[in-house]
Amino acid sequence: MIESVVQARNLVKSFDDLHVLRGVDLDLFRGENLVVLGKSGSGKSVLIKIMVGLLTQDEGSVKVLGQEVKDLNSKQLNELRLKIGFSFQASALYDSMTVRENLEFPLVRNVKNLSKQEKDKMVEEVLDSVGLLQTINQMPSELSGGQRKRIGIARTLILQPEIMLYDEPTAGLDPITCMDINNLINQVNEKYKTTSIIITHDLTCAKVTGDRVAVLLDGTFGASGKFEEVFENAEDGRIKSFYDYNFIKQ
Amino acid sequence: MSGESTKKDKVISKRIDRFFMGLESAYLFVKRFFKEVWFPPYEFKEVIRQCYQIGYNSLPLISLTGFIVGVVFTNQSRPSLAEFGATSWLPALISIAVIRAMGPLVTALIAAGKVGSSIGAEIGSMKVTEQIDAMEVSATNPFKFLVVSRVLASTFMIPILVLYTDFVALLGAFVNVHANEMTSLSTFFVQVFDALSFLDITSSLVKSVIFGFTIGIVGCYKGYNSTKGTEGVGKAANSAVVMAMFLIFIEELLSLQVTNFFRQL
Repeated sequence: MIESVVQARNLVKSFDDLHVLRGVDLDLFRGENLVVLGKSGSGKSVLIKIMVGLLTQDEGSVKVLGQEVKDLNSKQLNELRLKIGFSFQASALYDSMTVRENLEFPLVRNVKNLSKQEKDKMVEEVLDSVGLLQTINQMPSELSGGQRKRIGIARTLILQPEIMLYDEPTAGLDPITCMDINNLINQVNEKYKTTSIIITHDLTCAKVTGDRVAVLLDGTFGASGKFEEVFENAEDGRIKSFYDYNFIKQ
Repeated sequence: MSGESTKKDKVISKRIDRFFMGLESAYLFVKRFFKEVWFPPYEFKEVIRQCYQIGYNSLPLISLTGFIVGVVFTNQSRPSLAEFGATSWLPALISIAVIRAMGPLVTALIAAGKVGSSIGAEIGSMKVTEQIDAMEVSATNPFKFLVVSRVLASTFMIPILVLYTDFVALLGAFVNVHANEMTSLSTFFVQVFDALSFLDITSSLVKSVIFGFTIGIVGCYKGYNSTKGTEGVGKAANSAVVMAMFLIFIEELLSLQVTNFFRQL
């Protein structure tokens, strides 16, 4: 039986009068890429932020690698976070640091007794794996949107996480760069043997990267399964319109 | 009519709620600082980087302002003393004014504008671009890295800047006094130090430490609690300056009372 690395049950989250998640159930199995689709504001990012403890749910339970996230103290939460890589929508690179310093930041704080050579080697290796070794001494402001996304992914990979959470990895990028990012997600999955959740509203990204897709509609998962199962025979008008809109756009 | 007054009551009650919630959140922020400052990991590198940013980068502005304050204050004070034929008291008058009040106050107000706004804007923009969240998910304590380091740096650097401003302002005063009264440098500084007591210097330094802490913590608090969007960053920077200046004046007033109490002992 395949192990479930993330398990959410009856997850509820509201912001004042805005009910974002209304009883979400989710299982993420080891080694798979799960794509969570949904319109803007449907609560996709909220879902993964709850998984890393950036937000706390109002009701329900989220277990990551067998641990109930909301019950962890700050030390335990930090230990869990080391096993999770979070790639932010706007990359969230530290503006005042070079690419090298951005990548070293999680490393020097979480891996003890690293020599300078070992540190340099790890940084160069992970930068090479996203194809941006030449940017090592550049500032984030000198990079393009696609490069920033790649560096953001590299920064999360440096601690070799078991789970990768991608928040809108292709948002705001041109179609060619989107494809590069999609391929990078697949390469990361293969090379680092990660289990991933990819939050997106881009169907191409979902099709290329997802082993399984789940569509978030009105605070719950309206459909889930393989891409073709969910979209090609969709009966729910909301899922159909989502597919049609993306199709027309392409 | 009663509907209108109920609406007004609600608005007033909401404002009062917001005021007290703001006070509580500021209290918790300061409390968290004092809790986190003692425990490892210590971000020494970041503290030193911030000391450089706050101290060294403020030097040109502080030098110019301090010098001008010394020259202008001497010039403005001379006619009043000249009426009594007491221009020889200028060095003593200036030293007391500069060391007791003007040096710390001018430095703190300039630092509130320069340092406070930059801390507020930097942390605010990190907040809205999810850089603080990124630190948190990489198992780093952003409060310690961003807030504790900046507050420590400003608490440590502002007193040093105050000493420097005092010196530059006295130098400006000397230039003016020398040009008009032909007083020598050694006579000027002998008169300056004769007029000062131990309490003047210590109270000035203690006050500067409090000013430094205020500038740092207000800048960090406003930045850390900035709302989403670029507008929020601007607001954070602006309110960091306004709030820090307001608190500095209140602290100046309170420190005056405390110092006077000790002076009378």
